[in-house]
Amino acid sequence: MRKAESFTPMLLILPTVAYLIVFIGYPIIGIFQLAFDNPNGWLENIKQVLLSRDFRNAFINTVVLGAIVIPIQFALAVVLALLVNKKWKGYNILLYIIAMPLALSDVTAALISYSIFAPNGYLNKLLLKLNWIERPIYFFGYMFRSREFFVIVLTEVWRATPLVFVILLAGLQSINKEYFEAADVFGFSPWQKLTKITLPLLKPSILSALLVRTLFAFQIFGVVWLLAGRDITVLAGETYYWYVFMNNQNIASVYALVIALLTFVVGWFYVSTIRSKYLEEGVRS
Amino acid sequence: MKKALYVIAFIGVSLWFTTPLLLVLLASLTPSSDFYIMDKVLPSKLTFDHIYKLLVNLGGWKALIVSIQVALIAIAISFVLGIPAGYALARYVFPGKNVLKLMMLFTRSIPLIVIAVPLVTMYLRFNLADTMLGVALAHAAMVLPFVVLITSSIFSGVFVEYEEAGMIFGLSRFGAFLRITLPLALPGLVASAIFAFIMSWNEVFAASILSITNRTLPAHILSTAMASPDYFKFAAGTIMAVPAMVFIFIIRKYLISMWGISLK
Repeated sequence: MRKAESFTPMLLILPTVAYLIVFIGYPIIGIFQLAFDNPNGWLENIKQVLLSRDFRNAFINTVVLGAIVIPIQFALAVVLALLVNKKWKGYNILLYIIAMPLALSDVTAALISYSIFAPNGYLNKLLLKLNWIERPIYFFGYMFRSREFFVIVLTEVWRATPLVFVILLAGLQSINKEYFEAADVFGFSPWQKLTKITLPLLKPSILSALLVRTLFAFQIFGVVWLLAGRDITVLAGETYYWYVFMNNQNIASVYALVIALLTFVVGWFYVSTIRSKYLEEGVRS
Repeated sequence: MKKALYVIAFIGVSLWFTTPLLLVLLASLTPSSDFYIMDKVLPSKLTFDHIYKLLVNLGGWKALIVSIQVALIAIAISFVLGIPAGYALARYVFPGKNVLKLMMLFTRSIPLIVIAVPLVTMYLRFNLADTMLGVALAHAAMVLPFVVLITSSIFSGVFVEYEEAGMIFGLSRFGAFLRITLPLALPGLVASAIFAFIMSWNEVFAASILSITNRTLPAHILSTAMASPDYFKFAAGTIMAVPAMVFIFIIRKYLISMWGISLK
């Protein structure tokens, strides 16, 4: 409609694009430079990292954590979203309560869960009081890595389920009520409505929530770092460790590069799957 | 029967999400002597000692101020740059628009973890290393794609006819934006600013790497918490959680639409 003025919108967007090129585009080139920069040959850093046991552990831990946490979050989030979407009295309050952890950082969530699982935390004190155990259960420390792992999973489920929940709820709310009215006419049972209407129509939301969650899974850092230190290594934690404690920005960059590549792959899927849907509803002219 | 089930679900879900928050709050107010008495689950009295000490003696207050400054600068930069871009995406048709939108979505998914290390090298050249501004600039880069997408959707929600009516009555295009669209979009813009604040307030990785002497609160906690006595950890958790809770309460009406747009 205002095709003649096509100069104006370009001008309006230019500052944003320039800023992103300087602060995101340029550093991404920088990460390649740093990762390949080694006097003994450009692949030396990569080799050193990829062949190390630390890398293998960090990679496996990151993936396994995601593979355990994400399905649990989805199961919980679907149930919660269906529950809130019923719009019964007080659903607004519940919506806010479920959304609360969304505002918390991973650091905060880790500290919260430490107050419960610490040797003299609430869980141990309560169990001792009830005489269910005789001495405190230790959840932290290299000796108890599997328990640390359990606490991290629980913390992540608690903290990030609301994220999936909100995306799914937004999807549920956009489903046209007329489908359900039609289903009533045909005498569908609630179960049939769920499996034949709600879930299929929710598929795009489920897919984008899944991709977003996967992206975040590669970035897991604060919770693990605070609760387990390097007992359980993850990719982002190793980046931090090599940069801050070993003072080696090249090795840190290799780890960051691995995260970047994983992000690009998932991000590309993400952008291309939601592309049609997103552009459709976004364009108004 | 059905009602009873809802009540049970309501109580169960509320407890699951609120209990940990209440516990850390309680722990931060528990006198230090009570912590190590194992059969004392509930504190004998409440005290603000740990929170006070963490803020005043252990550098928490300084870090808190840095956090707020970083967030405000990041919001200022990202809104000054992002609002025009969002407006352009909402109102104009031009070549390359879809590519730009997808680019915003894509940059939105690149974590600061990836760009933090090379940013240090870049900052060293421009004397930005270890400064508050440096952290703020990085946070602005993290928030900007989100601001563009969300403001574009907010402006789309304001009828273009209002603007056109204003222009018929003699306003310039910019005047129409300033006097008509902007006031109508204001509540949404405030909500997105608060959302951006929370994003910056919570970001820990880049903040820890880009600055050492001027640490933000989460970075300060990350580097000191695990070496501190337990009660300071809980005090730190409370100081981090309370502002975020208040802010999310203010924008509760926008929760679904906001996260819907920023994450979908």
